[in-house]
Amino acid sequence: MSEIAWIDAALAGARPQAVGALLRHFRDLDTAEEAFQEACLRALRNWPKNGPPRDPAAWLIFVGRNAALDGVRKRRKQQPLPPDDAISDLDDAETELAEGLDAAHYRDDILRLLFICCHPDLPGTQQIALALRIVCGLSVAQIARAFLVGESAMEQRITRAKNRVAGSGAPFEPPGAPERAERLAAVAAVIYLMFNEGYSATGGTAHVRAPLCDEAIRLVRLLLRLFPGEPEVMGLASLLLLQHSRASARLDAHGAIVLLEDQDRRLWGRDLIAEGLALLDKAVRHRRPGTYQVQAAIAALHARAARAEDTDWAEIELLYAALERLQPSPVITLNRAVAVAKVRGPAAALELVEPLAPQLSGYFYFFGVKGALLMQLGRAEEARVALDRAVALANTPAEAAHIRLQLDRLTKG
Amino acid sequence: MLYAILCYDSEAIVGSWTKEQDAAAIAKLDVVQDRLARQGRLGPVARLMPTTAATTLRKGREAVVLDGPFAETKEQLLGFFVVECASLEEAIETAKDLGRASSSSGSYEIRPMMLFRPGSLAP
Repeated sequence: MSEIAWIDAALAGARPQAVGALLRHFRDLDTAEEAFQEACLRALRNWPKNGPPRDPAAWLIFVGRNAALDGVRKRRKQQPLPPDDAISDLDDAETELAEGLDAAHYRDDILRLLFICCHPDLPGTQQIALALRIVCGLSVAQIARAFLVGESAMEQRITRAKNRVAGSGAPFEPPGAPERAERLAAVAAVIYLMFNEGYSATGGTAHVRAPLCDEAIRLVRLLLRLFPGEPEVMGLASLLLLQHSRASARLDAHGAIVLLEDQDRRLWGRDLIAEGLALLDKAVRHRRPGTYQVQAAIAALHARAARAEDTDWAEIELLYAALERLQPSPVITLNRAVAVAKVRGPAAALELVEPLAPQLSGYFYFFGVKGALLMQLGRAEEARVALDRAVALANTPAEAAHIRLQLDRLTKG
Repeated sequence: MLYAILCYDSEAIVGSWTKEQDAAAIAKLDVVQDRLARQGRLGPVARLMPTTAATTLRKGREAVVLDGPFAETKEQLLGFFVVECASLEEAIETAKDLGRASSSSGSYEIRPMMLFRPGSLAP
């Protein structure tokens, strides 16, 4: 890897901690971001010459803070600080102080930064965009591409989000245990959302939206490093890794959806599966189940099945039932019905699905499942009605195409 | 004598590599390993999952199980090579070869091995 590529990786790796510390110092997102960018520019000038510092994050925090203060001093026409060329590494006494300070706050700094981006006042898409911009360091152009919108529209969206956050009285006091748990849950929810934004992409958009999944996984790993003993964070990490392991098998060459049972399992990412299973094992030991862990356990049963017909559907049904208890929702009941169909047949599943109609009357997947069950029961006319409705409600051309295929089969059958 | 070459680096930095960068880094190391293998000097090689997948057992009458790595450090143990070397000089040269093929700036700790049991795992 070239030196520049290494420096880029080091800057990216240090970013959350450095921006988080600068944010605590300046209490302003824009100032913190500018200070970090200035520090990165100086790193690109300085590191090839002096060699990389022992602790890139501490270097960036120190230099970023000086650079921003220097800017203030210059505006006040005061004596500037010594040039940062003089700082080859952080081996002086001053640095130890800076480092010590930051190490103590390290975890809360990053959590605060994440939490501010995931502020509950912001709509979901703004939370994701802000986190991608500030924490992950994606450019506005990259984020705009991932959301399939123009660059100026995304720029505006991010600016609006920043203003809203700035006006909402961001929390700079060190959090107590309940606040920390609350922030953790909010951040986890946004990471989950970010992943799903990328994961639900199909067809021509799958390629450009993939970075959302990659960044979500990077963030959940970061969160896990900060909170290594939280079973739900392990569960979320496990879930995302297990889902992501199927990325290259989910769509065929034409961008059409390949259902789980039809996927070529040799294309699944074995490394990701192994790590996901390891994390789930760790989580379960805590005996503090939560929705992410249960979803990860379901994904794990799929991952463990060498062939689709080896899937332990009875266990999956039980897990969906557990999920329903933790988080009652008609969508989860619908998922349980899919497992029920495998275990006890389509009639039992349909019994579970039909009462959901009032709540899921606008949900593509509801009519897809209902149509498929009716087909299996040989009730072709009713199946056609349901599948037609599914086509009308499809979110993407790939979803619609998938249902049309079933409709064709109905006609031929 | 057998030496373990332990790879230490910042997980945050190595974790920031793209899939392509990661694959390229591994491919470069493979070239050196293939040479060592042809010389009949290469023992087991391992790449460890991130420390987030680690569990620590504190031994004692009441063993305590903790999530995460044994120590919080700036650089983490990411993997190791086991290599047969005639001398420390050769071990250092081998580590340098690996280092030149390596894509990160961390460190290799070269530790002579006292006991080596290859185990009974199928390759």
